[in-house]
Amino acid sequence: MDAPITQRKLRLATASLAGCFGCHMSLLDIDERLFELVERVDFDRSPLTDIKHCGPCDIGLIEGGICNAENVHVLREFRRHCKVLIAVGACAVNGGLPAQRNHLDLGLCLQEIYLTAPDIVGGQIPNDPELPLPLDKVHPIHEIVRIDYFIPGCPPSGDALWKFLTDLLDGRTPRLGHPLLHFD
Amino acid sequence: MKQASILLDGLPVPFDAGQTIMDAALAAGIFIPHLCHHPAFKPQGSCKLCTVKANGRYVSACTLPARDGMEVENNTPDLNDKRRTLLQMLFVEGNHFCPSCEQSGNCMLQALAYELEMLSPHFDQFYPNRPVDASHPEVLLDFNRCILCELCVRASRDVDGKSVFSLSGRGINKHLIVNAESGRLADTDFDWADKAAQVCPVGVILKKRRGFAVPIGKRRYDIEPIARQVESLAARRADDMGHGD
Amino acid sequence: MSEESFDAERLEELLRPVVDRHGGDPLQLVQILRETQDVVGYLPTAVLTAIATALRLPRAQVEGVAGFYSFFHLTPPGRYRVLFSDNITDRMLGSGELLDRLCNKLWIERGKVSEDGLLSVDRTSCTGMCDQGPALLVNGQPLTHLSGERIDRISELIRAQVPLADWPAEYFRVDDNIRRRDSLLATEWPAGEALRAALARGAEAMLAEMKLSNLRGRGGAGFTTAVKWESARRAPCHGEEGLRYVVCNADEGEPGTFKDRVLLSSYADLVFDGMSVAGFSIGASKGLLYLRGEYAYLLPALREKLERRRRSGLLGRALCGQVAFDFEIDIHLGAGAYVCGEETALLESLEGRRGIPRIRPPFPVTAGYRGQPTVVNNVETLCKAALIAIRGGAWFAGLGTKQSTGSKLLSISGDVERPGIYEYPFGVSVEQVLQDCGAGNAQAVQVSGPSGVCLATHEFSRRIAFEDVPTAGAFMVFGTHRDMFEVARNFAHFFKHESCGFCTPCRVGTSLVANCMDKIAKGLGTQYEINQIFKIHRLLHAASHCGLGQAACNPLFDTLQKFRPAYERRLCSLDFEPAFDLDQALAAARQMTGRNDPGAHFGLAARLPGVAS
Repeated sequence: MDAPITQRKLRLATASLAGCFGCHMSLLDIDERLFELVERVDFDRSPLTDIKHCGPCDIGLIEGGICNAENVHVLREFRRHCKVLIAVGACAVNGGLPAQRNHLDLGLCLQEIYLTAPDIVGGQIPNDPELPLPLDKVHPIHEIVRIDYFIPGCPPSGDALWKFLTDLLDGRTPRLGHPLLHFD
Repeated sequence: MKQASILLDGLPVPFDAGQTIMDAALAAGIFIPHLCHHPAFKPQGSCKLCTVKANGRYVSACTLPARDGMEVENNTPDLNDKRRTLLQMLFVEGNHFCPSCEQSGNCMLQALAYELEMLSPHFDQFYPNRPVDASHPEVLLDFNRCILCELCVRASRDVDGKSVFSLSGRGINKHLIVNAESGRLADTDFDWADKAAQVCPVGVILKKRRGFAVPIGKRRYDIEPIARQVESLAARRADDMGHGD
Repeated sequence: MSEESFDAERLEELLRPVVDRHGGDPLQLVQILRETQDVVGYLPTAVLTAIATALRLPRAQVEGVAGFYSFFHLTPPGRYRVLFSDNITDRMLGSGELLDRLCNKLWIERGKVSEDGLLSVDRTSCTGMCDQGPALLVNGQPLTHLSGERIDRISELIRAQVPLADWPAEYFRVDDNIRRRDSLLATEWPAGEALRAALARGAEAMLAEMKLSNLRGRGGAGFTTAVKWESARRAPCHGEEGLRYVVCNADEGEPGTFKDRVLLSSYADLVFDGMSVAGFSIGASKGLLYLRGEYAYLLPALREKLERRRRSGLLGRALCGQVAFDFEIDIHLGAGAYVCGEETALLESLEGRRGIPRIRPPFPVTAGYRGQPTVVNNVETLCKAALIAIRGGAWFAGLGTKQSTGSKLLSISGDVERPGIYEYPFGVSVEQVLQDCGAGNAQAVQVSGPSGVCLATHEFSRRIAFEDVPTAGAFMVFGTHRDMFEVARNFAHFFKHESCGFCTPCRVGTSLVANCMDKIAKGLGTQYEINQIFKIHRLLHAASHCGLGQAACNPLFDTLQKFRPAYERRLCSLDFEPAFDLDQALAAARQMTGRNDPGAHFGLAARLPGVAS
C-alpha cells in the first residue's frame, strides 16, 4: 500500500512574498530528506532554483502575505499554474508580522519615514516605477486567491513541512497533529 | 437511590443535582471545548465553544443543567466543525498574532485551535484597531487578543470586589473597558495580585518585564494537548494562579 | 457643548434632580442616563463618572451601559440630530436619495457631526412608520411622509436654526391608518371597563377565562398567555418585599411592525386595562411599560393617560374600590436596541443594564424583573386579555382558528395601495390580505419582519395563523419590480447593527454575512459566498444565544431558496474573487509617491518587466 498514487515526478514551485524566508529555511531544515524530496519532485520557480517564472506545476508553496502589487501578481501567477496551492507559515495564513502595520495609515507612514523623520533633509517618497507599490493593508493570501491547504507556524518546522508534503505526495489527506501543528 | 447520569457520547456520566453538562463532563475527565467557562465562576455561555447536542437540541454545555438520562453528543464531526468555525470567527475578529504573544503555548484559544485542527482563519481578517494600554506600572493590556469571555470582568467583580473591567459597545463593536474616567488601567485600583490578573485565557492581561521565562515549545499546551489536561482544567479554583507558572 | 464646561458643582446641579427622581436606584440607570442626556445633550465622561458616584456603581458599568444603546451619545451629536429610518420599506420609498439630498444641501457627511456642531445625519433601524414613510427622527421626534421638497425645507429650517417647536406641525403628523377593524379595533371601550369586568370575575375566574380563550402571545412566539399568567401566579416571590410584576413589551423593533404604535396612540387605555387585568390575575401590584426609544414622542400622552386613570381610581391603591388590589404602572423608555424586544434582554434593560438576553432557565415567570415572578406580554396580547375580561374566553375562542384564536393586527407596508393596520381573524390567507390592501403585483411578502419568513407567490394561499404562517404583525409586500437581493441585504445589515455582541456566532457571524452580501452587491461574489452564507446560517441557527442570532440569516436563506436568480445574476464566476479592490488598495501609495505609471495601477501592471507573465 506504500506505492505512490502517481509514478510521474511532480513539479513543485515555491515563493516568498511578504515573509522573511524563514519558512524556506525550514524547508531546508528537512536536511537529508531533501534528497528524498528531489527524487520525487522537480523544482520549478523557487528561490532554490532561481527560476523567475512559474510554469505548470502540481504543487505551489507560498510563504508570506501580500503587502504590495508585485506580491499579488506572483500569487496570481502561482494560482494559475499550480494545481494545489499551499499557504506556508503565519504570514501567508493570517498576514503575520507585516500585517501588524494594518492599523496604521499607509500615507502617514510613508510621510513620516521619508519626509518628516528628524534625520531627513530634503526627503522624497521613492517613486521609481521599478518599485512595487505597497498596498494600503497587508492581507493573508487566501483573501486574494483560493488556497487549497494551510500550514501554519512561524515558521512551521521542517518536520511539519515534511509530514505535510509526504502525506500529499502519497495521496493521503495531509494532517498535522500535536506537536507539529503550532502557530508560533 | 440510583446515581443520576447523562449519556455523553454514549458513555454514562454521573452528575449531582444542580450540575451542568460541563460540570459533569469535567468531573468525569471528559473534555468539552470551552473558553469563557471557568469552574470557579458563574457560567455565562457566551463563547459557544461548548455547544453540544442534548436530546437532539443544540445547547451550551456550561449553562444547561444535566438531567437524568439526557443523551448528549459532544465529540462529533458536526459539532467540531461548528466549533472550528467559531474559533475562526474569534481569530479574524481580533488581531491574534501568535508568534509575538507572550501567552503563546499557554493560550486556550490557540490550544483549542490545535485541538480542532484549525489550520487557517478561513474568513477575511477584520484587523480592528485596538491600541494597547501600557499605562500600568506592572501590567500590559493588549486588547488585540481579547475574545470577550468576561472572565476578568467576573473575577474582578465577584472575587476581587473591584469591578476593574467591564464591556462597552454593542455587536461587533463590543470591547473591554477599564474602570477609570481616563480609560487607563493605571488609573484604576487594579493590582497584579488580583484574581482578575490571573484568569485571562488568552494574552490580554500580561505581566510586564517577564517575557519568555519558559521558551516557546515547552509551554503548557506545547507539552500536552488541551484535551488531555481535563483534570487541571477542572481543578481551577478562584484562588489559583494562571499564566502557566 | 464642550467637555470643559462641566465642573463638579454644575454637574451636581444637573444630575441631582434626575437621580432624585429615581430615588438613586441603580436599577434605574437606563432611565437616568436618558434623562441626563436630555438635560446635558450627550453623556460626557465626567457625567458618567458623576452618575456612577451618585448611584454607587462602578464607573465602567455605567460606561458599558451607555455604550450599548444607539440613542446614547458619548460624544456630542449635532444640535439637530437627524436619523433616517433605514427599513427596506423606507428605502423603497426613496429614503436613500433623500438622505443624500439632505447631506448635500447641508454639506455634511453621513455619520459625522458638522464642524459647527449644528447637525448630524445618519441612519437608524426601522422607526415604525413604514405605512407613512420615508420617515426620520429629528432629536427623537418622528417626521413622516418625507419628500424631496420637504427635505429641502427641512435643510432650510436647520440652517436657520429654527427650533423644532416652530417647524410646521404637519411634518410631525403620525397617522393611525387603520384600514380594517375586527373584534379588537371595532369597538371602543371606556377606560376601566375591562379592569372592572376582571375584578367582578375574580382572579381565579379570570384565569379560567384566559385558559378558555386559548389566547397566544402576539409578539411572535405564540406562547399560551394563560400558562404564563398561571405560572407567575403560582410562583413564590423572593425576599421580604417580594412583588410580582407585569411587563408590557412595547419595544416594537421588528422592522415593518407598527401596530403597537397605533394601539398605544389610540387604544392606550385598553393596553393599561390589559396590564391591570394581568396584574390582578397574577397578584402583581406593579406594571411596567417598556416603550421603545423611537416612540418617545408618545410618552407625554401616555403619562397623561396614566394620570387620568389615577384620578379616576383606575390606578393606585385600592383601585376600583377593591381594598385588596393596588396597582401602579410606570413607563420605561428604551434607548435604541432591537434586542431588548427579547423578553429577558428587556428585563435586563429595565434593570438598568446592557440589553443582553439572560440564560434560561430560570424563566421570567419564576425569576423575572428584580428576580421576582414576572409576566412579559406584548402590547396586543394585553389588549386581547382586556377584551377577554369583558367578553369572556368562550367568545374569544370562537374567533379565528382552533389553534389560533382571536384576531391579529397586521402592519402592512411596501408595494400596496393602502398601507396601514389591518385586523383579521386568524386564518386569513395571504392572498386575501394582499387583495384587501391593494397589492397588485406582489412577488413576495416578508411576514413577521426580517426574523420571520419570506413568502413567494406560490405560497400566497397560506394562512396567517400559528399553525401555518405565524407572525408578530409585520407584513411587507414587494412588487415584481423589487430586487429581493437588496431586501435581504438590508436585513443582513439590520442584524449586524442590532446584534448585542454577547455570543460569538451572532456577534461575528452577522458581520460576516453582511460582508458577503456587500461583496455580492459589488459584483465580486461567487458561489463561494453563497456557500459561506449557508454555512454561517447553520451555525447561527444552532449556536446563537437567543432568537436574534438564530433568525439573523433567515431572510438570506429564504431569498436564496426562493429568489436565487436575484443572487446569481450578480455572481461573477464560479470560483473565487477577492473582496477588496486591488487598484483601490494601491491608491494611498499612488497618491503619496505621485506615481501614475502602469505599475502603479493594478490592472495595467502585468506589463511591468520582471513581474508576471
